[in-house]
Formats: sequence, C-alpha cells, structure tokens
Amino acid sequence: MIRVVLPAHLRHLAGATGEVQVEIAGEATQRAVLDAIETRYPMLRGTIRDQVTQQRRPFVRFFACEEDLSHEAPDALLPADVASGKEAFLIVGAIAGGNRTI
Amino acid sequence: MSKVRVLVGTRKGAFVLSADGKRENWNVSGPHFGGWEMYHVKGSPADPDRLYASQSSGWFGQVIQRSKDGGVTWEPVGNKFAYAGVPGTHQWYDGTAHPWEFKRVWHLEPSLTDPDTVYAGVEDAAIFRTTDGGQNWEELPGLREHGSGPQWQPGAGGMCLHTIILDPSDPRRIYIAISAAGAFRSDDAGQTWRPINRGLYSKYIPVPTAEVGHCVHHMAMHADRPGVLFMQKHWDVMRSDDSGDSWRKISGNLPVDFGFVIDVHAHEPETIYVVPIKSDSEHYPPEGKLRVYRSRTGGDEWEPLTAGLPQSDCYVNVLRDAMAVDSLDHCGVYFGTSGGQVYASRDAGDHWAPIVRDLPAVLSVEVQTLP
Repeated sequence: MIRVVLPAHLRHLAGATGEVQVEIAGEATQRAVLDAIETRYPMLRGTIRDQVTQQRRPFVRFFACEEDLSHEAPDALLPADVASGKEAFLIVGAIAGGNRTI
Repeated sequence: MSKVRVLVGTRKGAFVLSADGKRENWNVSGPHFGGWEMYHVKGSPADPDRLYASQSSGWFGQVIQRSKDGGVTWEPVGNKFAYAGVPGTHQWYDGTAHPWEFKRVWHLEPSLTDPDTVYAGVEDAAIFRTTDGGQNWEELPGLREHGSGPQWQPGAGGMCLHTIILDPSDPRRIYIAISAAGAFRSDDAGQTWRPINRGLYSKYIPVPTAEVGHCVHHMAMHADRPGVLFMQKHWDVMRSDDSGDSWRKISGNLPVDFGFVIDVHAHEPETIYVVPIKSDSEHYPPEGKLRVYRSRTGGDEWEPLTAGLPQSDCYVNVLRDAMAVDSLDHCGVYFGTSGGQVYASRDAGDHWAPIVRDLPAVLSVEVQTLP
C-alpha cells in the first residue's frame, strides 16, 4: 500500500478526500505509483505527467521523506519508507506558480 | 417565458449567470472549478443542457468538463490532445523554428446538430474534434499540415486557434482563425483547408499582404448570412461578403481599430459590435472610457454606446471570446472584462448594466437563450 498526497486541485478533480492509497504489484517506483493513480483516477491522466511523453509536468514536484524526488528516473525505486507505507509520496504544485496569470 | 443562461469563463473558475426573459434579476452560480483557468464554456445548440468547458492550469494542464444538466453538475471527460503524426515546427516570437507543443484549449464549438460532436481550437494552433461527447479527441490535421504551418507564429497570447464558426447552411463548411496565422476555411468538413486572408494588411509581418501571418483576434457571422464574415484584427475591423475569399476594411470612424471582440446582433445581420482598445500593449479603452461601438450598416459607420458603462478611469480589457448575444426579441448583448465585470444590455446596446462586478478576469462569455 502506497500512500499518496495529491495537491488540492487534483483531489477535487478526482473526487478524493485526504490521502489516496494505491496498491502496486511490483516494485515501488515513481512510474508504478503514477500508473496506479491514473488507473484508479482516470480523470488525473495528463495532469501530473504528459499523456504522450509521460514526462512530469514542469510545475509538478514529487517529494517524500524530506527529499525532492522530482528529478529521479521514473523507474528508480522510491524510498523504503514510501514503499512500506510509513511515509507518503507527495505530489505538489510548484510554489513558483503555474504561469503568468497567478 | 424564455430564459437566458450566460456562461462565463474566468482566470479562476467558471460562473453560470441565469435570468428569466426580463433579464433583470440574475442568479449567479459558481465558481465552478475554482482556481483553474476556464478559457471557454459553451452549450450545444442541439441540446442546451449539454455544456462543455475548457479547464486548464499552468500546473496541471488541460481538463475538459462536460455537463448534462445545464451546468448544475459536471464530469471530467477526455483530455488527451495528441497531434497527428510528427507536428513539426512553427515560428517562434523571434522567427526561429519552434516545435509544436500542446498547451491548452482556447475554444470549444459544439456541433449545430449533434450534442456529442464538438470542435476544439487549441494552442499551439490546431483543431480537434470529438464525436463521443468529449471522451476522445482527434486532430483534423489537414489544417496544421496545410503547408503554411512553419510560417505561423504566436501572438501575445500564444499561438492559439481561438475562433471556430460552423456554417449552418453547409455542414461541410468551417471557418477558423489563428493568432497569428490568419483565417482559414474548410469546405469538406475539416479535411482540407485554405487560408482566406486576401485583403488583410498587417504591418508587423515582413510582407504585409502575405497569405498567412496575420493576427486575427476574432471573427463573427450571422446565421442568416453565412457568407458574410466580420473580423476584428490586430488593428483593422474587416468584412467579407464572399465567405472569406476577400476582405475589406470597415473600421470607418472608430476611435481606434484595435480590439479583440466582435459580434453580430441576433436579428439584424448588418448590426455589429466591437469594443475599441488602445494598443500597442496598453490594451485598455481609449481615454479610460469603456465604449461599445455599434454599426447598423455592417461597418464603416459606428456609434458609441456608453449608457451605463464607466466613462472615466476605466482601464480594463475585453478579450476575444468575451462578447455574446442572446436571441430574445429585444436582442441582449453581453461582454466581460479583465476587471471581472460582466455587462449586459437588454436593448441591443442602448443601455448597459453589470450583472456582476467582481469576478476574476473574464476570459469568455457565451449566452444561451432557453425556452
């Protein structure tokens, strides 16, 4: 069981409240977590990563265990505490803001 | 009694303003999708309770929302806008080649006959279509691959396809406009396209009369005159009487011929509206006076409409999709501003009053006239 914290706008879009929990069959990687989230909440496809390139959206960040995992490879293993469910995987909108209209 | 529903897209959410046919007392619903940029909300002519909304965010990208009950409830539908094939390059601001990249949906144009079919105009410029109520979107690549694509370039708002007009007399005919490429027409339901910019003159491109490259801000058509088009360009108000094959300038006595919106009276095909805006880059009304200009002669001769609009210290903008008309007997005209006001006139522009004053900056206004 992986615990995921979505940013407020994506929680609303998904109709979720609080943390989201997803099951992963294989190793706990960023790609596996995002695949599981998008399977459970198809309306989130394209909002965290591009649907065509699968690249993380530029103003989305990934944090866990007080580390910035945004630039880790999608198939790199997540920290053990995330894999065990002890710590949450945080999906965060960059504090820099999304664009010129903020 | 008939009803009116005004669909307002803003920088921070969508609002639904509704009133009975008197248009005196308004109910305001929203914000829907608060915090998201709502570029456009539009209803299906074939089923007025079917609405589509373009929801986007610099953080989280593009979402499309659909309502089947007139905007009371919404559901996200498909949001995959993948260009067909390898999209190639267009001109960047400095004229260098830049790869095509999807950014957002600017305009949603539901089919005149089928509530499940909708056209989407996107940035970077292309046209997409869904035939299953928004679940799946496919590009009509004949436009982007027309051959002039490498010469298109972004306007200040981005390289957006912002206008889609469906010809009610010919389901195969579609008009679109791109900033900054110009106007295009398809006569085969979107398979092939040709530029229709003869007569446009743009001093900000190397060849002012070029076939493409013009910064068209918006176009409008009256359903009873599908061959007559009106255009607000980045300087110049234009008119075509031959389905876009040629254009002539109708700016006439306007105080400035820059602006974004243009629309046509619901019952008088020769009565048109614009909101002159000062430019370069100021993008607010001349002299701080918010004035709608109306021509009852299809252009050239314009009268300012000021009653109820601020005539001092007003420095808002009115963006390209932020004007619409209803089709009640006494035609209502509506527009929204970057200052968050939505103004309405119940008498074709003679008098104005705000429906709301303090919304987020308005991006788009559409009106539905309901039985």
